[in-house]
Amino acid sequence: MAAELETATNRENLRKVVIDPVSRVEGHGRVTLLIDDDDQVLEARLHIVEFRGFEVFIQGRPYWEVPVMVQRLCGICPVSHHLAASKALDRVVGALPPTHSAVQLRRLMHYGQILQSHALHFFHLSSPDMLFGFDAEVGKRNIVGVAGAYPEVARQGVLLRKFGQEVIRATAGKRIHGTGAVPGGMNRHLATADRDSLRAEVGQMVEWSRGAVELVKRLHRADPDLYDVFGTFSSGLASLVRADGAMDLYDGALRFRDAEGAIIRDQVPDQDYHQVLQEDVKSWSYMKFPYLTERGPEAGWYKVGPLARVQNCDFIPSPLAEVERREFIDHGKGKLIHAPLAYHWARMIEMLHAAEVIRDLLDDPACTDGVLMTDGPRAREGVGIIEAPRGTLIHHYQVGEDDLVTMCNLIVSTTHNNQAMNTAVREVAKRYLSGRKLTEGLLNHIEVAIRAFDPCLSCATHALGQMPLVVELAGADGEVLDRAVRD
Amino acid sequence: MSKQFLFDGRPVRFEEGQTILQAARAAGHYIPHLCWHPDFPPHGSCKLCIVKVAGRHVSSCALPAKEGMEVESNTPEINGERRALVQMLFVEGNHFCPSCEKSGNCELQALAYDLEMMGERFAHFFPDRPVDASHPEMLLDFNRCIFCELCVRASREVDGKSVFALTGRGIHKHLVVNAESGRLGDTDFSADDMAANICPVGVIVRKRVGFATPIGARKYDDKPIHLVDMEDGK
Repeated sequence: MAAELETATNRENLRKVVIDPVSRVEGHGRVTLLIDDDDQVLEARLHIVEFRGFEVFIQGRPYWEVPVMVQRLCGICPVSHHLAASKALDRVVGALPPTHSAVQLRRLMHYGQILQSHALHFFHLSSPDMLFGFDAEVGKRNIVGVAGAYPEVARQGVLLRKFGQEVIRATAGKRIHGTGAVPGGMNRHLATADRDSLRAEVGQMVEWSRGAVELVKRLHRADPDLYDVFGTFSSGLASLVRADGAMDLYDGALRFRDAEGAIIRDQVPDQDYHQVLQEDVKSWSYMKFPYLTERGPEAGWYKVGPLARVQNCDFIPSPLAEVERREFIDHGKGKLIHAPLAYHWARMIEMLHAAEVIRDLLDDPACTDGVLMTDGPRAREGVGIIEAPRGTLIHHYQVGEDDLVTMCNLIVSTTHNNQAMNTAVREVAKRYLSGRKLTEGLLNHIEVAIRAFDPCLSCATHALGQMPLVVELAGADGEVLDRAVRD
Repeated sequence: MSKQFLFDGRPVRFEEGQTILQAARAAGHYIPHLCWHPDFPPHGSCKLCIVKVAGRHVSSCALPAKEGMEVESNTPEINGERRALVQMLFVEGNHFCPSCEKSGNCELQALAYDLEMMGERFAHFFPDRPVDASHPEMLLDFNRCIFCELCVRASREVDGKSVFALTGRGIHKHLVVNAESGRLGDTDFSADDMAANICPVGVIVRKRVGFATPIGARKYDDKPIHLVDMEDGK
């Protein structure tokens, strides 16, 4: 691996190339490359430089505000924060467990979120790279270009996302930043009219999701030298799994595998996450670097998200997605698949799973009827873990007897993937950029690697960002030799 | 025989002693207000009920109606001034509607919508106002106070407890709790008090309720405040 590219031995007299911000990702990040006179890349870093500090300003607020407040971290997967916070605070209000109806409605909301976010990422953000090529004409490499060249693909992407958003609206009250989940349960049922309109469409969503899996498989098969190799590095995996080892994106216990696929830790209760995880800090990024304590920061980092989840679970509890999971596992020929571009394949398998789960939940009478709230003895502390679209999301709160939050710790999906994304950037820089004259297309290779992880940099640093891109090529004396701007 | 005045060009009958606001409401005409409440004498502090009579701005909650008055209320000019007042209230405190549990039930928010407040106009004060969570049943979030004194008046005149008061002058004015410690938990304040249930914004809220009522099913979610308020008959 290209770990030596984290910090160049002698940083003087090197050219600095900056990709700022990285485009077609959620949030705001930048990449810096240090390059010597022979065009060899000697240092490559993904920086997350913004800071918002939700963990601090949530302190001193009443706990019942928290699920509504913290979801403002993000406009793409607010449901994940909304539900992780609600789950953590269920413990504080003694709702152990919440009622069946509340859990089923939250699951419905969450899988709607998975569906819409995965559709957004694949179709809107990443498909342009895969359909047109990493260094295709830059003006074409976007969703509008996809709509022109592959109108049916773009149409299905837009409508899949719309359907997921409608599931969220029907359960949370709004497509973005809803208020359906509350500590102790839910505040609304699924209206029968909403259930019926979603039912009418869900079969089509399952079919289109199957088609999306097929599309990714075709891309992999067409160019295995690229898809199985690009940016590849080995690392451990982490995710929630159900008690029986099944994939469960709403609830479960933590499982960690090493890079060879052996289970290191299994069924770690969510409340005990801090006993197995620690976070490392580096001076050049506001985003921390989590690692499995027993393995240390050098060896204990891991991947989260679809690529980790599909391989970490023992099976997917929905038939169509399970068939696809098996084919995916077979593709690895007995080994874990670590290729970043395989994230897209795994992500589409999860989207199919989400569509199947939604289809089944729409038939569950608990979603339209049943007790929504419960409570019990108060607790001072609660942890809520959920598998957000991008990976494992941890919310941890302590609440005083006066009902005000005294401590908040958030470890978001993209933070777990921090080391993995940096490593992917270095692998790509070493293999594709070193020794070559930099072009926009070559720099986009780095962004393609980052994009595969579907990072949400705004969540990870709690920062808001816009997505224009400025690339500057500076000489050894700091003089800007070339500059390209993407609006 | 009752007398009458003209309200936005339409005749409104009134009884001697009625204020413009009382007579207009009785005739089915809404005038925006925040500090006015039918159970209390006029306060005249929020100025939202401002109307124009004979070219002069007056508080309609406080001015007795007179025979032959010509009152302008629902005009672009007056509503523009009301909108500016609401914009000032929004910057004086810390009003974060997206995470405020009062959202949808809040009169300030509802008036902002009704008066078509589309954005900010003045610089925010961002005052530092810590919450008081010392009471077992009720929370005080001073960030949202608009100094209407409804809680002050209700506690003093109906509950007989005088739990609240306003202190300070000008931009230093703020709501305080009448206890040596300054904390609500050290008073005899009760969740059943009128003062506990009269706040038009989100200062005095019942603990552990939060978002139990979904956004979308709240008081001002379906209809604007000028309709809801008149249907309430408040």
